[in-house]
Amino acid sequence: MAKYLLLKHYRGAPAAVNDVPMDQWTPEEISAHVQYMQDFAAQLEETGEFVDGQALSPEGTFVRYDGEGRPPVTDGPFAETKDLIAGWMVIDVDSHERALELAGELSAAPGAGGKPIHEWVEVRPFLAAPPTISE
Amino acid sequence: MTSRVNEILLRSLTPSVLGILVRRGADFAAAEDAVQDALVEAVRVWPDDPPRDPKGWLVTVAWRKWLDATRAAAARRRREDLVDEEPAPGPAPTVDDTLQLYFLCAHPSLTPSSAVALTLRAVGGLTTRQIAQAYLVPEATMAQRISRAKRTVFGVRFDQPGDVATVLRVLYLVFNEGYSGDVDLAVEAIRLTRQLAAAIDHPEVAGLLALMLLHHARRAARTAPDGSLVPLAEQDRGRWDTESIAEGVEILQAALARDRLGEFQAQAAIAALHADAPTAEETDWVQIVEWYDELARLTDSPVVRLNRAVAVGEADGPRAGLAALAALDDALPRHAAVAAYLHERDGDLATAARLYAEAARKAPNLAERDHLTCQAARLNARRRR
Repeated sequence: MAKYLLLKHYRGAPAAVNDVPMDQWTPEEISAHVQYMQDFAAQLEETGEFVDGQALSPEGTFVRYDGEGRPPVTDGPFAETKDLIAGWMVIDVDSHERALELAGELSAAPGAGGKPIHEWVEVRPFLAAPPTISE
Repeated sequence: MTSRVNEILLRSLTPSVLGILVRRGADFAAAEDAVQDALVEAVRVWPDDPPRDPKGWLVTVAWRKWLDATRAAAARRRREDLVDEEPAPGPAPTVDDTLQLYFLCAHPSLTPSSAVALTLRAVGGLTTRQIAQAYLVPEATMAQRISRAKRTVFGVRFDQPGDVATVLRVLYLVFNEGYSGDVDLAVEAIRLTRQLAAAIDHPEVAGLLALMLLHHARRAARTAPDGSLVPLAEQDRGRWDTESIAEGVEILQAALARDRLGEFQAQAAIAALHADAPTAEETDWVQIVEWYDELARLTDSPVVRLNRAVAVGEADGPRAGLAALAALDDALPRHAAVAAYLHERDGDLATAARLYAEAARKAPNLAERDHLTCQAARLNARRRR
């Protein structure tokens, strides 16, 4: 019973094995990819391990406080930003091994040529509630 | 004015009502759904129309729900006359029914998270929504987890004996890994363990109950008003719940007297020694080390040996603690935190500060991370002066 974030990157992760940009795929390959992602989420719901899944727009805005009474400063998007999050799945599983297994499955989503992308998926544990018994 | 239903009383009837349905021949999964439906109806109906015999009312309503559901299912299968007769009441339910339910819900074929969910619903009488909220997952996810768990135990016979140890592990998880949501899982775990202790005479069940009571007694003192963790040594012992401590100690002493030591009794004994010390300085660390030795013998857990190193550090000085720590794998969770503490006690503030910062990066939860970061910051500030 631990939650993990499976993080997909537009940029910032090591290069995938089947590293072809999505706009170079055929429409059928894109449909197959989307279907795979939906099936993956549905499977997690079925096993009782699904918590959340979201995709993010690649374009975002940086915002910061600019002092009392002034509107916040905005900047970006920065084309050169190294790390760019594409989306995530949140899972609630019995073990770290299970989280790795599911991340591996997610990474096998089909891409160009219908072959697995072998995308690098980042697995990050959630900080949980502190245990009651600590000594 | 309608009075609210006493939810705890209502839920405490869950296992025996479910046991009666199963004894009458209902299959576990369908009976469990029917009991849940009856509980929901009780919450709705009882405030205006309280029953004279709450359990009898629940059995009648749950049985009717089960019949309706079974008939509907049968109709779907075009076998409309499958169930018609009200069956003989069957043998009177006994505490054994409750016990069997615990065994079934903690069956070894279930994963820990499934066993926890099934136990909270079928034994605890909590709704799927309450369990989902308690574990911060969507209700649909928890519903699936529970229905899969029911499918997993589908073929398990209700009357076969189970293993108390698996039940205790599930209850320990509910107590120890609970978030603090609407449902107080620690309180629920204590209630379920108390109920189990009433159904079976077993020193380790008593040991776990004592352990829970002794730790729960410290709850108010464990967190500062801002939510940060207060370590044992710094807790205001005046805020410990003496009633809970007294009960835990009494249960533990009765269990220990039977001379069938187990890991929960040993853990409870350590908690009792802490509870017994009027101040942190008066803690009997020598005896605590002895109990950790017993625990290590019983469980062979690396976490136990890590905690033992802390106790050795208090009993024989930080150098001895560090020597005990040196024998352990430094990849163990909280190894860096223990090393930091012992180095600080030994006067090596630079190493301690570095290790506290490292421990904070590896902390498995937010409260511990914040606590460890504060420790590192405190030492760094002292070293700058």
